Parts: sequence; C-alpha cells; structure tokens
Amino acid sequence: MRKSDNTLLRWLGLAALAALVAALPFIVHPYQLIFLIFLLINIILVVSYRFVTITGEWSLIHVVMMGVGAYTSAILAKDLDLSVWLAMPLGGVAAALIAYVLSFPLFRMKGFYFLIGSFAAGEAIRLTWNQFREPFGGPKGIKLIPSPELTLPGLETIDLTFPPINYYFLTAIIMALCLWIMYRLEKSRIGLTLNAIHWKDVLAESVGVDVWRYRMLAFVTGSFFAGIAGALLAHYIGTINPDRFGLAMMLYVLVWTIVGGTATFAGPIIGVVALSVLDEAFRAFDQFRPAIYGVLLILTVRFLPNGLEALPAKLLGLRDRLTGGPRTAAERPRPASGGE
Amino acid sequence: MFELILQTIVNALVASSATALMAVGLVLIFGVMRVINFAHGELFMVGAYAVWYLYAQNGWPFMAAIAAALVVVLLIGLVMERFLFRPMRGNPLGGLIMSVGVLFILQVVAVEFGGVGLMKHVPSAVRGTVDLFGTGVLVPWQRVVVIGVSAVLLILLWLFLHRTKVGFALRACAQDPEAAALQGISINKFSLIAMGLGAGLAGAAGGVMAPLVRVDPYMGHSVIVTAFIVIIVGGVGSLEGAVLAAVLYTFFHTFVTTFYDGTIATILGLLIMLLVLIVKPTGIMGTSEKV
Repeated sequence: MRKSDNTLLRWLGLAALAALVAALPFIVHPYQLIFLIFLLINIILVVSYRFVTITGEWSLIHVVMMGVGAYTSAILAKDLDLSVWLAMPLGGVAAALIAYVLSFPLFRMKGFYFLIGSFAAGEAIRLTWNQFREPFGGPKGIKLIPSPELTLPGLETIDLTFPPINYYFLTAIIMALCLWIMYRLEKSRIGLTLNAIHWKDVLAESVGVDVWRYRMLAFVTGSFFAGIAGALLAHYIGTINPDRFGLAMMLYVLVWTIVGGTATFAGPIIGVVALSVLDEAFRAFDQFRPAIYGVLLILTVRFLPNGLEALPAKLLGLRDRLTGGPRTAAERPRPASGGE
Repeated sequence: MFELILQTIVNALVASSATALMAVGLVLIFGVMRVINFAHGELFMVGAYAVWYLYAQNGWPFMAAIAAALVVVLLIGLVMERFLFRPMRGNPLGGLIMSVGVLFILQVVAVEFGGVGLMKHVPSAVRGTVDLFGTGVLVPWQRVVVIGVSAVLLILLWLFLHRTKVGFALRACAQDPEAAALQGISINKFSLIAMGLGAGLAGAAGGVMAPLVRVDPYMGHSVIVTAFIVIIVGGVGSLEGAVLAAVLYTFFHTFVTTFYDGTIATILGLLIMLLVLIVKPTGIMGTSEKV
C-alpha cells in the first residue's frame, strides 16, 4: 500500500470517528449521555496515563493528579470566584507543577521502587485532602462547584452542564484537543526519545540524552492532561471527595490501559471504551464489576500481553495456523511497534 | 498519663505483631519470586473472614479457626503461584498486575460471601483483662493472645529458615534465585513454598486480628499501605529488617495516632517511606541489589 493511500485512509477514519462522536448524543438514550461524558473524560485519563508510561515507568499516582486538577479548579472557581474557563486550565497547570516537584524525588527510583514511591506520594496527597477541612472540605470533599457558563453576544447566558448535551460537546472538543496534542508530542523528536529511554535507558544516556529530564517531561505532560480531565469531572458532577481519587480508581485506569494495550496510541482508548460499554451493558451485575475486571486483567496479561489492540493480528495468526500460511503479504500480521 | 503510655505501648505491640507477619510474608515472596504481591492485604482480609465464619458464626474454637484461616489462605497462595505468578516469571510488572486481578476477585468474593452492609462482629475469644506487672494498667487478654500467636509464628519461621535444610535453600533463593538454581535448587518448588508461607502468615495475621479490627471486604487497603511502608523502610529482601521496621513503624504510628491524629500519622509514615527511598533505597537492613 502506498503512503499517500495510507494517509488518506487515516483521515477518512478520523473523519468517521469525529462524525460518530458528534452523532452519538442524538442516537443514545438521554440518560446514557452522562455515561458518554464520563467515558470521554476517562479517555483523556487513560491516554495521558499511557503518555507517562512511554518511558517504561508505571506510576500509581495518575488518578491523584486528576484529583489535583479537580480540587484546584473547584477551589479556584468556588472560593476565589475565578471564571471556570480560567480555573480548568489552571487545574492542569497545578497538576503539572506538582508532578514537576515530585520528579526530583521520584525519578531517582526505577521500576518497582518508582511504582511504590509514586503510590506513597499519591496517598500522602490524598490523605491531605482528607485531613484538612480548609480548603479541601475533609472526607466530605467540596460541594456546589460552579458549572461553566457561556455568554454569546446577543444571546442569554447558557449553563453548559444542563442539558447534558452541552457538556458532552464541551468535553468532546477538549478531549479532541488534548488527544491531538499528545499524539503530536509522541510523534515528535521528544516522543522518539521517550521510546528510546523505555527500551535502552543506559544506552540513551550514553549518547547524551538527559534521561531524568525526559522522564520528568513525560510525567509532567501526562499529569497536566490528567489534571484537565479532573477539572472537567469536577465542574460536571459539582461535588468531589478524596475517595473518588483513591487506589480503586487508579487500579481501574491500570486495567483499562493494560487490557487495551499500551503499544499504540489507540490501545488504551480501545480498552476504556470496550470495558465501559461492557459495564453499561451488564449494569445488573454491577456488584461483580471488580471481579470481572480482575478476571479480564489476568486473562489479558496471560494470553494477550499486547492487549486488545493486538487481537486482530492474533486472530489472523490463528487463522493462518489453521489454514496454513497467510494468503497475501499484506495480510500478514505486523508485530505491534514497541510491544513487549 | 503513665497509664496511657503503657496502654499505647501494648497497642503498638499488638499492631506490630500483625504488621510483622504481613511484612515478613511480602518480603519472602518478593525475595524468591521478585513479585510484589498487591493482593497481600486481601489475603489478610480472607484470613479475618475465615475466622469470622468459623469461629463467630459456627462456633469453632478460636485457635482452630486461626489454623484453618492459615491453611485456607496458604492454599490460595499456592494457586496464585502456580497459575498466575509462575507464567509471569521474569516479568515483575506482569506478576504485580496478576496480583491486582486477584485483589479485585477476592474483594467481590468477600462481598458475596458475607454481604457488604453490616460490620462483621467477631467477639473476643478470651475474656477478662490482665493487670500489667501489677501497675494497675489493665490489658485485655485478647491482645496478649495476638502478641503471643504472632511471636510463636515468627519464631517458628525463624527456626524453619535457619535450622532446616529447606529453610537454608529458601534463603538462598531469596538472596540470589539464579545462583540458587545453578546449585540445583528448584525455583518452582521454592516459589511455591515462599508463596504458601507468605500467604499463610497473612491469613494467620488476619485471623488473629479479626476480633480487634473492623472486618469488611475493603479492610486490606490500610493493611497493605502499612506493609509497603514497613518493607521499604526495612529494606526489601531483609526479613530481620522487616520485623524491626514493623516494630519501629507501628510504635511511631500508634503513638502519633493516640496523642495527635491518625491520618497525620499515616501521612508522616508515607513521607518517611519516600525519604528512605530517596536517601537509602536499600532500607535500614537491606543490602544493595545487582542490576
């Protein structure tokens, strides 16, 4: 297949996806719109989580970073009467700043130590929200967070959280923007360096790459977008508390990302969409949700280590084994780039 | 004031015995299998549930229920090793993710088994109190039992590791699995032993603590946080370090909780752990690891 064809196909695919996202709210049942808004926020969350893991370091602080964005934006908008439009990006900035400060202690560690260290730092932050009633509201958290409003010239002010369709489109636009920025970053020279650090950090260092700086950069960038996701969440549901950003949610993010697969940009998105739709379809079995996630996680790691994104290639491979070899060269499954 | 301090010391001893059992198990598993078992808090929880079900619901003797808790959780550990951790050997992240899966499953099993709403009440097995060295400080016998059972288990473990051939081999595995394998020690067999022992100790810890704590499906969370702090401070891979750190940390935590605030105590504990990770990642008694 020629390169130009590929690009054209990609643009067509993107356009189809955009059309789907735009059409969805008019197809689904109104109450499912709320589910879709959460899904879009979670997509930002898992894509930004994967961005942090590109360098090969798995953190357990990502959901707390989301919380930092949520708390910052909520406090700025509620207690300091800042415009929500300003508070939301500042939520992302606050998460990025905290990530920057934490980079100094955390990136002295690697692997298991980094994982546990990031968990400890995250728990410490989360317990701080729990402990101090001023300004974090203690265990009950913050309530009555203002919602974003839009005033167009010549029209009356509209509340963007009601009806939910307004917030759906706001979230969709912000999500598209976040994803586009992270995608461009990954394809840039920075992204290539991050990948190099994943596979051969000592070698990368020996050719003059400042490994610490690039790890910090991935962590700060991922945390910024997690903060944005948190701010979007806070201003939509209007109430946040420390439990929402606990280990349970972090483990869900981990499951979505791993079940989807981390080798490509689309992997975690596939994971979160597939599992969320599954949740929604089996609402009656809600109390079994963690166990279903647990089983899926184990099966994925055991039998599909590259995640759902590798499923088509795997199925093709299976068919080839049954029928004796791929029919054409183009059908032959390509190894996922950067898969483990 | 003197009385309160003595009471707090007893409470700290109780907490440190359970914590030591947990931490020693985690270190053993990490040492031999290089897997960090995130489900260790849930193994503790299963132990507590076993004692609630057998002792509080079905009238087994307390000690028999604890022994059963140990065996049940030990069996869960063996299954985890054989079917989840073994295929993941050499992939530390894979093992960790497997244990996260087990964590989710065990929580749901506990909810289905005992219901989530009501707190599970486990009455004290031994009633009455003991006057501590004639000072007038009254300590419930139940707390003395916790300290006694934990001490016996830890001593048995120490004797096993230092006085038997299997124990020697196990320690060799923990020190350097590759070199041990070269000496003809079967890593598969000793991974099973380490995981069984580690899980069994967690089950016993949960069982013995059941009358003193809130038994619910999510009780493992605070336990695992404490255990992580302890194994990092003690030095991952050092059993003696784990026990020492368990005592030091729980004394610190119990005193700050009693005289100031529980959440602040945990936050400080987490900060101490971060500090240790930064300044001396090998912990107070660990040795450096080869890359």
